[in-house]
Amino acid sequence: MASLRQRAKRIVVYGGVAFFCFFSASPFLWMLITMFKQDRDLYRAQNNPFLFNDPPTLDHLRLLFLETNYTAFLRNSVLIGVLVVIITLIIAIPAGYSLARLTGRWGERVGIGIFLVYLVPPTLLFIPLFRVVVALGLNNSVWSLVLVYPTISIPFSTWLLMGFFKAIPMDLEEAAMVDGYSRLMAFLKVVMPLSLSGVIAVVVFTFTLTLHEFIYALTFISSSAQRTISVGVPTELIRGDVFYWQSLMAGAAIVAIPIGIVYTFFLDRLVAGFTMGAVKG
Amino acid sequence: MAVVEIRGLTKHFGQVKAVDGVDLSIQEGELLVILGPSGCGKTTLMRSIAGLEQPTAGEVLIGGRVVNGLPPRARQVAMVFQSYALYPHMTVFNNIAFPLKAQGGMTTEARKEKVEWAASLLGVEHLLDRKPRQLSGGERQRVALCRALVREPTVLLLDEPLSNLDAKLRASARDELQRFQRRLGITTIFVTHDQVEAMGLGDRIAVMNQGKVRQIGTPQEIYHESGDTFVATFLGSPGMNLMEREDCLLGFRPEHFLPQEAAEGRHNLTTFSLKVTRIEYLGADRLVYGVVDSVAGETRTVAKLPSTVTLSIESGESYPFFVQKQHLRFFDKATGTRTEPNPL
Amino acid sequence: MQESAVYEVAGRARLRYLTDREGLLGPLFLMPAVVYIVALVGVPFFLAIAFSLSNVSVGDTSLNYVGLENFRTIIRTPQFERALINSVLFTVVAQAIIIVLANILALILSEDFRGKWVARMLIMLPWATPIALGTIGWLWLLDSKFSPIDWVLVNVGLLGPGTLLGPRNHMTFLGREELAMASVIVVHVWRMLPLSAVILLAGLTSIDRDLLDQAEVDGASFWRTLFQIKLPLILPIMSIALLFGIIFTFTDMTVVFVLTRGGPVYYTQVLPVWSFFKGIQGGALAEGAAVALFLFPVLLAVAILMLRAARRMEIT
Repeated sequence: MASLRQRAKRIVVYGGVAFFCFFSASPFLWMLITMFKQDRDLYRAQNNPFLFNDPPTLDHLRLLFLETNYTAFLRNSVLIGVLVVIITLIIAIPAGYSLARLTGRWGERVGIGIFLVYLVPPTLLFIPLFRVVVALGLNNSVWSLVLVYPTISIPFSTWLLMGFFKAIPMDLEEAAMVDGYSRLMAFLKVVMPLSLSGVIAVVVFTFTLTLHEFIYALTFISSSAQRTISVGVPTELIRGDVFYWQSLMAGAAIVAIPIGIVYTFFLDRLVAGFTMGAVKG
Repeated sequence: MAVVEIRGLTKHFGQVKAVDGVDLSIQEGELLVILGPSGCGKTTLMRSIAGLEQPTAGEVLIGGRVVNGLPPRARQVAMVFQSYALYPHMTVFNNIAFPLKAQGGMTTEARKEKVEWAASLLGVEHLLDRKPRQLSGGERQRVALCRALVREPTVLLLDEPLSNLDAKLRASARDELQRFQRRLGITTIFVTHDQVEAMGLGDRIAVMNQGKVRQIGTPQEIYHESGDTFVATFLGSPGMNLMEREDCLLGFRPEHFLPQEAAEGRHNLTTFSLKVTRIEYLGADRLVYGVVDSVAGETRTVAKLPSTVTLSIESGESYPFFVQKQHLRFFDKATGTRTEPNPL
Repeated sequence: MQESAVYEVAGRARLRYLTDREGLLGPLFLMPAVVYIVALVGVPFFLAIAFSLSNVSVGDTSLNYVGLENFRTIIRTPQFERALINSVLFTVVAQAIIIVLANILALILSEDFRGKWVARMLIMLPWATPIALGTIGWLWLLDSKFSPIDWVLVNVGLLGPGTLLGPRNHMTFLGREELAMASVIVVHVWRMLPLSAVILLAGLTSIDRDLLDQAEVDGASFWRTLFQIKLPLILPIMSIALLFGIIFTFTDMTVVFVLTRGGPVYYTQVLPVWSFFKGIQGGALAEGAAVALFLFPVLLAVAILMLRAARRMEIT
């Protein structure tokens, strides 16, 4: 009796897993198949879309890398990502530590305030920020995004790091101070090395955030060569009614899948950030 | 009649043998204590009885019926966890009513009556509207007991239910628990690592170590007639002194090891010369640590002197100490099991 | 005399021990973050309000106060009602579906099974990858001529002449009003489901093991344990997941922008996309800002509820 129930349960679990995996991954599976298809294979409605009816081809990848601004998009995205990560770390690490240790009751309130800033969406601010960017002469430049993206990454990173610093036993810092380090050095020499995994999580989230962002990138930048991946691929590879489908799919898949894989490693940290640290993921 | 019977019960977690061939039977209305150090398998044994673990081998019988493979709800057992596991989102009333609701087939009225009956048993009627977080440790323990009893289970399983209480409260809770168990006559299995608790509560005690039951008996039996060296040294504070002989191990309890001055009117004495190394004053008692020469060289030995023995003892000096022959115990050198007394 | 010497040493020492003073280090460390956020979130927010009350445009950047004129103009536009209704509808329907599916998915993921790591990764993909790129995948799946979904439907005999969904051979998902709306919702569900599920999963795994064992001993069945123990216990966390879902769906413009651009006609228009078309593409910054401000009441409500939920989590 028990084994029958056990077996039924296993069927439900594996069936459910298969369903959800398929639902989540099918668009990406699709990209991977389509990017290698020849035009005459793809554009025949009778063909089985799950198979290669004609031999696969690398033509579309060639087109993507050699005849579009795709490499420029990649370069822009990486440059923006790296710079935003650096700015975020410089600002969020001290802020997170300050909220975790150096400020008492009022620090907690500021912390909640910073968390709420994360809820303010780009769609509310992109119009005034567009004016600010124009006034600073940064429109059509990747620097506009380097300036604005930290407004999204700093609140979340500060919050995440605060949780991380709080989890480190106070005794360790106090021991370091008794051993002759200043408050500042105790933080740098003892807390920072222990928080390395938190810092890495912040690096990953900040970087992916800059890749995800769409609205600011769409609003601030209009010349093709300055665009990021997120905006460049859907706007450049669709010319009016002409869709470069295979290249479009390749352009999306090449970026999307690696990010997805790296992201999974840091999921638990992310969840801890979203649940305000109430749950240890 | 045996209410719970366990035959050759074995539970492996991978390579670890948590329970390794246990046979036990618990009588109607009995309070059996399972006593052992942490990691001895006592909690796993209890969870196997409850149906939370499926045994690797062996059988569990409740009320004469084999219950292997049956889920907990089919077993008529109730359990109180060490953490009390009160549902934090429910009031005390709903906590106690929960097993009844799960059982079904009861009107709201009947259920209410039943909950109130259980609450009155432990005097928690005034707490029924509260949430668990508003209760003190002692109140939580009582509520957990109410919830366990409300279904009138065949067997009540208690997993270290007193260990979360502070020392003072623990003594009174122990007393209350025992009176209560006697009054209801409910068959109870109580798991603990605390020997004072075990001695004070149990009709019988099963001492466990490394997945095996080492001895079962009344508190007097296991203390005075310990079946092997593990039981002998685990029980008592400090445990039994063991001393190597040519053919066996000789054991005697610290409270039976007294200075020559206290020997008046006692016969059949065996004497040793105790070289004192350290003395601890514990108020009512005095612990005298020292070494005695034996075949294996110097053996560390402890004596526990009641405050009625006023002899002044200095560390560094040697004193004659004695044990009455009736208090000597003998164990096999190789297996550690109890053997017949050998003529000295 | 001696005393003043001691003071002097202490005075000098105080300077040297600057890096030990928490009262100083605390605000100093926090300052850059606060300045950055005030300058680039706080100021633009008030600027957004100022814009909405003016007649600023890309061409004419002077701020002339016009009162609520922009709001009046917007509300009179037929597109407005549609965009507002769509924004609310998409959010509510998507979140309702997500919360059910996310609970099921979290329950499944809390079980032990082979290949869990790979499954978790595949399931996380939609949230982890840039949504603009993920939506491109959907664009192809929903294509009017070459949709693989159409192909499957035709081949299992559900689509085409004389069938249930017939008579044409194509669903044209993005070309028909109801189907386009459903498509937008599906993509939102697809995107937010992973995040909600892992948040709920974290909640489920944080439930004290003893409580579940206790429920088992108390005789509770699977469903009773689920509805009376597990779900009530993760309720605060569920509300957090839900609130994040509401924010991310309600304020998102990427899905609609890439998938339908608000079309067909303006049937799938939502506030953020409309705000973009008006403010940036149309150059009417003032009206665009006014449209975006309609998002604010929802944000405020969510923020308040979020704080309440957080407080409840602290208590239990």
